[in-house]
Amino acid sequence: MNLQLSHFSAAVLFGLFASVVFGITQRSTSGEQIRYGLYCFAMFVGGVFAAGWVMWLLRR
Amino acid sequence: MANPSTTKEASVAQPMTTMSVVAPAIGWLIPGAGHLIQKRWIRGLLLMGSIVIMFLLGLALQGRVYRPNGGDILDILGFVGDVGAGGLYIVTRALDIGQGAVSHATADYGTKFIIVAGLLNFISAADAYHIAIGKKP
Repeated sequence: MNLQLSHFSAAVLFGLFASVVFGITQRSTSGEQIRYGLYCFAMFVGGVFAAGWVMWLLRR
Repeated sequence: MANPSTTKEASVAQPMTTMSVVAPAIGWLIPGAGHLIQKRWIRGLLLMGSIVIMFLLGLALQGRVYRPNGGDILDILGFVGDVGAGGLYIVTRALDIGQGAVSHATADYGTKFIIVAGLLNFISAADAYHIAIGKKP
């Protein structure tokens, strides 16, 4: 199988799966796990956008 | 009124048991299984799904699977990360998958997906151990 993803979709999928594992393993209760997982995912996606803007500024 | 001695006992981790050895070992071999054998069904299935899908996506993206090597430090670290995937890595090596030439620009994502899936499985196995010794509910 040969799959091709865009940079953005690959980064979002990476963030999604990593956030699920971080959320479950780094917190104890269910509520904390969900909140921490969402926080990690937001940081991953936010980091992608931030890096994108930095690269856009560097390219100008 | 809470008994102080009971409260203190509850916060102390359990001594080493068979489960504290088996759970991380099984969890390493089959991602999420360390949680499943301790009846943490939802956590186990979520961990299994995340790690297995990430590893398979890495292969589908034509990522490279590292062999044991003593060369460049990054290659050694890549191998250590890949080995974390346990059974997935063993099966992949047995079937000789992940050795193809990189043919498109995003294939390097595949290599990183495979390495990170292994590293996440290490964390998952450590979490299974913490549950087994009573450090985590």
